[in-house]
Amino acid sequence: MERRSDRRWILQIVLMVWAVIQLFPLYWLFAFSLKSNEEIFGENIIGLPHQFLWKNYETAIIGANIGRFFINSVIVVGCTVILTSIISLFASYALCRMRWKLSKVFLGLLMIGLMIPMHAALLPVMLMLKHMNLLGGYLSLIIPYTAFAIPMTLLIFIGFLSGIPVELEEAACIDGCNIYQMVFKVIFPLMKPAVATAGIFTFVNCWNELMFANTFVNSTEYKTLTTGIQTLAGQYNTTWGPIGAALVLATFPTIMIYILLAKQVQKSLVLGAVKG
Amino acid sequence: MGKLLQNKKAIFLFMAPAVLFFAVIVVAPVFLSGYYSLLEWDGMGEKIFVGFDNYARLFTDSGDKFLLALKNSLMIAVFSLLIQLPMGMLFAIILSNGVRGERFFITIFFIPVIISTVAIGQLWGKIYHPDYGLLNTLLRNVGFDRLTRAWLGDKETVLAAVITPIIWQYIGYYMLLFYSSIKSVSADLFDAAKIDGASRIQTAFRITIPLIKPMIKTCLIFSLVGSFKTYDMVCVLTDGGPAHASEVPTTLMVWTIFKRNQYGYGSAMAVIIVLICFSLYLLVQKFFKADNE
Repeated sequence: MERRSDRRWILQIVLMVWAVIQLFPLYWLFAFSLKSNEEIFGENIIGLPHQFLWKNYETAIIGANIGRFFINSVIVVGCTVILTSIISLFASYALCRMRWKLSKVFLGLLMIGLMIPMHAALLPVMLMLKHMNLLGGYLSLIIPYTAFAIPMTLLIFIGFLSGIPVELEEAACIDGCNIYQMVFKVIFPLMKPAVATAGIFTFVNCWNELMFANTFVNSTEYKTLTTGIQTLAGQYNTTWGPIGAALVLATFPTIMIYILLAKQVQKSLVLGAVKG
Repeated sequence: MGKLLQNKKAIFLFMAPAVLFFAVIVVAPVFLSGYYSLLEWDGMGEKIFVGFDNYARLFTDSGDKFLLALKNSLMIAVFSLLIQLPMGMLFAIILSNGVRGERFFITIFFIPVIISTVAIGQLWGKIYHPDYGLLNTLLRNVGFDRLTRAWLGDKETVLAAVITPIIWQYIGYYMLLFYSSIKSVSADLFDAAKIDGASRIQTAFRITIPLIKPMIKTCLIFSLVGSFKTYDMVCVLTDGGPAHASEVPTTLMVWTIFKRNQYGYGSAMAVIIVLICFSLYLLVQKFFKADNE
């Protein structure tokens, strides 16, 4: 019996050590985002800051445009999530419930689409956007992000929709609803949990996306956080405090959402993987 | 009801936006990349049809580093198979066995997954900094001055230095996938094993792992395909340098297209990346199918 509880303790310690390894870089980031160069580079490398230098945040937000990049990310990701949800809601209903010949074919194509890496689309999409004079603006990111988010969102929606009993729709039909009223008034309100699941998945992916953001948008006016930070890191490579502050600000929203909705976020990402 | 669901106009309206986005932005580019890959083209001048020359060049011109980039991706795949997946599995098995603070650990271990790779990359860049980085400072403090070096600037160490955070970041992801899959297996089976006197290790190998095979397949596909699609971490830490030592196919592709303006040659790389991803997917599927028979 004693040996058993010994082993338990060892396991517990292993888990604690790994937790520290996972969290330490984040702690270190938060600590140096509030330090001066003297502290970071010499006297106090890993401790908490002696003097909390909130000025680093001011420098990052105003001096280095992180505020602007943050707003851009919110606009791009927000529009992508909303647009993807609306488009996929309609399509999932047509694919899952409505009767037409090619529905199976479309579903099969979408499954294949899940495996197409974004990298393959980089140059052709860039040329298309250039032709349409959209390169460099918000739409140059919203359009490709939405397109690549649709297959996964659709699969999550279809999975959810097939679990909703048809009786509700039959009742609505008897009450004289037409197809549009039925979809808007009966189905969409029921789909809220699926929208949340897929939305989180899309949010995390787009918020962190780098390749398209890096190649399609060049101006400070429209840059999102991922590219913004890259630029900032180049500019401030000798003063780490403001970079740290920018990194904290960039990761803050995903971490907040994660802490508030840990279970829901985990569910989204697991579902995303399993469907993929 | 039946008539309602056969409303052709509604079907068209519902499907059109999704199909449009999907066909134009996801499907068409694959074919366009295939077409561009047969050209010699700098994006502005004339398009010269060169057949499969670009592909031949990918595998013969050692100065262009494509083979090296593939080898680097392969290294990421190998380490991910040898370290990432087993560690994810180990934590999943330990945590699903009921330890104190199960949810707490799951939540903590998953945190690096949701943080952007750009932020994590910047952070590790600071850890590796030759003068002020944590790693060298630590080595100096314990008296190993000789081991300190510019981890990302040294051709010998750069690949290992880039692979480490890639592996580290996603261990939590595989842990969560395995964990949720183990949790969906009926608890009765584990109870029965316990009653029969199976040890923890026996239970893991004889019951847990065989039962979550579908998830193992998913994770294998993810980690293999993911290794050949790696971009973010390399872009942030080294952008392929020094002297292309840490190049992966995607970073090389971006560099070829946007820095060298070789649209055709870069597209050939894109096509190879797609082909590799599809083949790995089919290979893993086939491997598991054969295993089942």
